[in-house]
Amino acid sequence: MSKKKVHLFKETKLAELIAGDRKLLQLLPRFGIGLGFGDRSIEEVCRMNNVSADLFLILCEIYVDSSFKPDPDELKRIDMSGLLPYLRASHQYYLDERFPHLEEHLQRIIEACGPKYGPMLSHFYEEYKKEVMRHIKFYEEEVVFPYIEALLKGQRTDSYRIDEFEHNHTNIQDVLDDMMNILLKYLPGDILPKERIEISLDIMELSDDLNRHSVIEDHILIPYVESLENALP
Amino acid sequence: MRNRVIICEASEIIANGLAEVIDSMAQFDVVARIESPEHLNEKITASDANLAIINPLLLGYQNKEFVNQLGKEFPNLAIIALETSYLDHSILSPYSGVIEITDTRSKIISKMNEFSQSEATKKDDVELSKREVDVLVAVAKGMMNKEIADLMNISIHTVISHRKNITRKTGIKSVSGLTVYALLNNLIDESDLL
Repeated sequence: MSKKKVHLFKETKLAELIAGDRKLLQLLPRFGIGLGFGDRSIEEVCRMNNVSADLFLILCEIYVDSSFKPDPDELKRIDMSGLLPYLRASHQYYLDERFPHLEEHLQRIIEACGPKYGPMLSHFYEEYKKEVMRHIKFYEEEVVFPYIEALLKGQRTDSYRIDEFEHNHTNIQDVLDDMMNILLKYLPGDILPKERIEISLDIMELSDDLNRHSVIEDHILIPYVESLENALP
Repeated sequence: MRNRVIICEASEIIANGLAEVIDSMAQFDVVARIESPEHLNEKITASDANLAIINPLLLGYQNKEFVNQLGKEFPNLAIIALETSYLDHSILSPYSGVIEITDTRSKIISKMNEFSQSEATKKDDVELSKREVDVLVAVAKGMMNKEIADLMNISIHTVISHRKNITRKTGIKSVSGLTVYALLNNLIDESDLL
């Protein structure tokens, strides 16, 4: 359950919104919103960056409160053209920044583990990475998103329907949580404790982020694509 | 082990206030809140709650029967009454504890601690049983539930329940994570994995 709730309005200054919940800062680059926004309101900043303020706010709500479920009728009124670019940018951030960062830390821990535990930890991570790549890159980026882009152009493909969507983020998060438990609870205590604390904090942050990401896919992307499917003859 | 709490109370003000106090405790999470007891059983199953806080007024005349039935269906569930106005002792007796609307924050916190350590919830603690270790080893070696059931001569249902307990006790959900856990604890050998 959420500890804190900010009520979000377009008239609020963007800087105030972020002061209310610093997690929201990470949404800016994914929407292509640059820094230096001064004291402008959310609405103004969004307009300057060609972002739908409604979409921006609804994603902010999900980040503030993970149990927030958007109202389907309200979603229908929102301009969703920015959704796919946002999701792609998120994927890129996970694959190009977060996971390599995690890996770099983990590599040092694996080396410090020596031949007894090192190889199995490395194997565990490699398997995990394969699964992440399979889902995000080879499935979502290469099957689902091109399908949606074709729908937007009015083309229907028979090979795929959104109701087949794999909700695979749960597994990606579960293994991430397992990794944290192994690092904190089960590896011998004397192996790089400071590094392990640091990496665990990063994992928790990434896990929260992925959790919001799947809420966005399940409760915004899927209904949106269904409406696109239904609109085609 | 973290405690998972479900609150069944019609007043949003009261439910939110109680949830806020409980969520402020490190070892407790409020996993669900519902306004009426209609779908309580499903909610408990879905959220895997081990503590239910219920306003007896919502149950009316069926109070006693409902609480006893709930206790039978979920033997590991601690059932607590939320007393928002004076209730007779006979109404509160089927519950394993009572939170009163006049309780202070610190009083609620100390009661919650007490409830979480009651017989119902601590039944089995963190140590894996012999059977659970056997199942863990088999899972780590890559065996399927059906194969494990045949090997150990138990039903698939029992295998699944062992697996749930293993995950609850170790905090590890994935097969690959359990394999690492088994290796780290010398329950299996690298050579077992080939």
